[in-house]
Amino acid sequence: LAAGIGALIAVGPADATPAAMQDAIRKVVGSARVNPGRVKLDLPPLSENGNAVPLTVSVESAMSPADHVKAIHVFNEKNPQPDVASFYLGPRAGRATVSTRIRLADTQTVVAIAELSDGSFWSARAAVVVTLAACLEDA
Amino acid sequence: MAALINVPERAKRGEVVEIKTLISHVMETGYRRTQLGVAIPRDIVRRFVCTYNGTEVFRAELHPAIAANPFIAFSTVAVESGTLTFQWTGDHGFSVTESARITVE
Repeated sequence: LAAGIGALIAVGPADATPAAMQDAIRKVVGSARVNPGRVKLDLPPLSENGNAVPLTVSVESAMSPADHVKAIHVFNEKNPQPDVASFYLGPRAGRATVSTRIRLADTQTVVAIAELSDGSFWSARAAVVVTLAACLEDA
Repeated sequence: MAALINVPERAKRGEVVEIKTLISHVMETGYRRTQLGVAIPRDIVRRFVCTYNGTEVFRAELHPAIAANPFIAFSTVAVESGTLTFQWTGDHGFSVTESARITVE
C-alpha cells in the first residue's frame, strides 16, 4: 500500500493526504518506531494567512556529542506535497531549536519528527486552522 | 537577491548564539497556474547550509511548503572567532553566499 501511494506522489501534484504524509514519514524513519514526546511544535492555532505561518520546533536534548538531535523533519497532511522541510543539526548547534515560516493550503495537522543520535525518533503534532489558504491563487 | 543575516558580533566561548537568516526569493511552488491556465514552473530554494570556519554546523532541505523569502533561525555554539558562511542554492542555478564575522572572547 505504502509503495502505491509513493508512486502516486511521484507522478504529479495530487494533494497530500494523511496517508501520503504517513508514507513520507515512513521514507524518513524507515521501520523505526516514532514515539510521541520530547518535541515541542509551536504553530499558531489559528492562521489568517496560510502563505506564511510561523513555525518553531524545539527538542529536549543535551546536545552533547554522545546525545544530540541529528535532524528535525516537518510534514503536513493537506498541501500538494507532504514534505515541508528537513533540518540537519548536531552537537555544535548547542540547542535543538529551529524556526521558519511555512505555507499551509488548508486547515490541517502539522507533524514534526526529531531524529536523535541514538537512532530513536520523537514527534509532536499541531492542528492549525487556516482562513486564507496558500497555493490556490492564480498568478 | 538580498540576504539578511543576524549573527551576534561578540560572544563568550561556549555560548549558544542564535542566528537568523532571510533570503529574498519567490519560492514559486510549481502548483500554480497563470490566468490563462499555463502551469508556472517550480522555482524554489532547495538547500541552505551554514558553515563555521569551514565546518558545516547546520543544513536545511526546503520544499515548496516554505513561505516566500525563506526565514530560517537556528543556533550554534560560539567555539572560536571566525567566519560563518551561509549558502542558499536552488532551482535554475540559484546560488547566494553570504558571510558574517563573529568574535569569541
